[in-house]
Amino acid sequence: MLAEETSKDTLCYGGLRQLVPGRPEAGVFEPVSPLARSITDLFVVVMTLGALVLAGVTGTVVFFGIRYRARPGDDEPAPIYGNRRLEIAWFVIPAVIVAGLLGLSIVTARAADPPTTGTPDLVIIGHQWWWEVVYPQNGAVSANEIHIPTGRPILVQLESIDVIHDFWVPQLGRKMDAIPGVANRFWIQADLPGVYLGACAEYCGTQHAWMRIRVVAQPPAEFEAWLQQEARPIAPPATALARQGQALFESKTCANCHAIDGRAQRPNVGPNLAQLARRETIGGGVIANTPENLARWLANPGSIKPGSLMPDLNLTQQEVAALVAFLDGRP
Amino acid sequence: MTTALAPHGDLALTDREHRLLAWIATVDHKRIGLMYIGAGLLFFVVGGIEALLLRLQLAQPQANVLDPQSYNQLFTMHGTTMVFFFGMPVLFGMMNYLVPLQIGARDMAFPRANAFSFWIFLFSGIFLYASFLAAGGAPAAGWFSYAPLSEKPFSLNAGQDFWTLSLLTAGIGSVAGAINLIVTILTLRAPGMTIGRLPLFSWMALITSFIVVFALPPLNAALIALAVDRLYGGNFFTPATGGSAVLWQHVFWAFGHPEVYILVIPAFGFISEVIQVFSRKPIFGYSFVAGATVLVGFLSMSVWAHHMFAVGLGAPLDTVFALTTMLIAIPTGVKVLNWTATLARGSIRFTVAMCFVLAFLAQFTFGGITGIMFATYPLDWQLTDSYFVVAHFHYVLIGGTVFAFFAAAYYWFPKMTGRLLSERLGYLHFWLAVAGFNLTFFVQHFLGFMGMPRRVYTYPDLPGWGALNSISTLGGFLFGVAVLVFLWNVLYSLRRGAIASDNPWNAWTLEWATSSPPPEHNFDLVPPVRSRRPLWDLAHPEEADYRSAEAGGERG
Repeated sequence: MLAEETSKDTLCYGGLRQLVPGRPEAGVFEPVSPLARSITDLFVVVMTLGALVLAGVTGTVVFFGIRYRARPGDDEPAPIYGNRRLEIAWFVIPAVIVAGLLGLSIVTARAADPPTTGTPDLVIIGHQWWWEVVYPQNGAVSANEIHIPTGRPILVQLESIDVIHDFWVPQLGRKMDAIPGVANRFWIQADLPGVYLGACAEYCGTQHAWMRIRVVAQPPAEFEAWLQQEARPIAPPATALARQGQALFESKTCANCHAIDGRAQRPNVGPNLAQLARRETIGGGVIANTPENLARWLANPGSIKPGSLMPDLNLTQQEVAALVAFLDGRP
Repeated sequence: MTTALAPHGDLALTDREHRLLAWIATVDHKRIGLMYIGAGLLFFVVGGIEALLLRLQLAQPQANVLDPQSYNQLFTMHGTTMVFFFGMPVLFGMMNYLVPLQIGARDMAFPRANAFSFWIFLFSGIFLYASFLAAGGAPAAGWFSYAPLSEKPFSLNAGQDFWTLSLLTAGIGSVAGAINLIVTILTLRAPGMTIGRLPLFSWMALITSFIVVFALPPLNAALIALAVDRLYGGNFFTPATGGSAVLWQHVFWAFGHPEVYILVIPAFGFISEVIQVFSRKPIFGYSFVAGATVLVGFLSMSVWAHHMFAVGLGAPLDTVFALTTMLIAIPTGVKVLNWTATLARGSIRFTVAMCFVLAFLAQFTFGGITGIMFATYPLDWQLTDSYFVVAHFHYVLIGGTVFAFFAAAYYWFPKMTGRLLSERLGYLHFWLAVAGFNLTFFVQHFLGFMGMPRRVYTYPDLPGWGALNSISTLGGFLFGVAVLVFLWNVLYSLRRGAIASDNPWNAWTLEWATSSPPPEHNFDLVPPVRSRRPLWDLAHPEEADYRSAEAGGERG
């Protein structure tokens, strides 16, 4: 698996790795890009400092608690009202520490969030509750599973069609809000091929939980091949059942919300289904994309993802089978 | 009925009083304070049950305890309840009860306005909960109600309007209460009680009240704008029709971050009082503690956009708000050092109240350090809206504020009721609370690192996620048991607790100079106030604080 390769080179934070088991769902402490790594490095610095401060304060409290606990027959202790010099030092020392942290923050922010000039490699649009993914390079339109080439920064333009969402794939870089009426830009990068999991991080309504992200990083040549295929229209139906499904796709109004041309950006009420068969999951990650699951989904989306904006069309079993044959396209 | 309660006891009724009217019609700051605390604790239980339901749903991946809409309603109600209907009322109740006593006053400056503040809070809370009966059920847009999710096309339920109007009226009550406290502290202090001799809890009440007066109006303005959008077709926060989604965030957090300090500064007051008495020493650096908190109050108005580092405001704004946030960490951190130094060379009594104070010191410091992590904003770009945030602010608000409130409860209960809380039940309460709280929230830091977003009703079965969530749920229920022990202790001790003397802890501030509980008029005679510790001076004339300028006395 690709994920196995990922594990070999990225683990510079050996001690912390134990706390964050597994890949590809590994989080903040297994960065695979310079962008994310710069943040992880800052983490290590700040956490070390924090641990020292915490140990200092807690240790002092415990020490005083033992050393100065009341003993029978104690007199009232002598009052100590303060010590101006000490207290001024208490202001100055933290001030120096936070000044250092601010400096580190500015440096890290430049590394993690470089200027976003140029043409976006990806346009990602948040919807309740799925991600629309547009590749300006050839006009391919996809959903929820984002393929990128490894080894170079990818400029993402992030938009939203309804409410505020947030794009977060911890191993690839910073998170960024997707805000209606605003086009935010930021960089992601994966230096190693693999699958990187993420999710919508801003609460966006009923199904915020199932607005997950899979980023598939591929070597450039592999990515280019994938991208060419992703722009194709849906495969022409090969069987009678699939042809029936194609007719149902129009007559049952599926086509009002879903495009089946790989370059069509409208309609985009629901995901572009041209290359649905090539995706790992459906419903924003709620179930694996198998023909059986697709049939369950079509039969009643709300039973799998309650609140999903896809209506229950009251399809018969036969109609479901026909639509699966058409959309899935796999023999 | 014992004699300690009988003569003019606060909880006991005189013969002329009607059982119910005595409370409903009261303008006595002590009864109003107790009603605030009682009602706040009821909301604490309700908000706690909501939290446990959330934790049950999250105990296992893809569980079906709650459907998504119910989950979203419950986390919205949990947050709203804990902030507006538990945290603020209980702290306002404590300030109401204690401030006039600490400054040697008969009552608040505006007793009727005081009653108004309480009742409008209570009705706001009941109104909010009535939303469960409304079409579409309770609000589900979160306690922060980000636009445009909270707007009409996306939240059609009437519950969202209940939320908006409920917070609007509650906010009016809070501002009235805060003005009342400010005027009381500035004008009704006993002779000799200069600002420089104000007990630290009253100092914290003063600062908190100023923050309320400045922070609540932005929220109320935003709520009115949201109501106009929803009810009259306005466009303040709807991008589709020319509004701005980010505007809501600016205005909400202009209230929302000062709100954190409204919830935590009174806790600083509890800690400052209790730690002095049980280490038998005056606070180390009185003027630094008070002054640093004034600084925190001012700075609290300038940090709001640190909640918005993921919005994409750009490097200049991110840097400025990181700077102000780091600045505010300094005076906050200094206070922890002042409290710690107060312990040095003391004679520390490990009463239950003191145990809660010591746990506060460790836990609040922990929450403060994770707070600094958010101020280093590239870390915020990873951690915000993850479970790490949930862990962080619960360390501040439970590990900090709630633990400080527990300390205050054990400390002042005898003054309020004439009886002591059981220390035995108290230690049980303490250890269960420490274990339950830390078990619940410590592991959530790791869930954040692993990429678990907050406010999700369920999550995929990724390695480690289920196990950590199970531990968190277990801890939550343990903390629930701790709260039950506390409530049982309160109910038990109200009837059977050991009778408290006027000054059971040998404390030094004026509230301990009157009977327990105090008479309706508070003091038959206010002792002379010639330093910060008038009762110390009475008991130790030879070593009286008023002999030393350093101790806030009149002679150097």
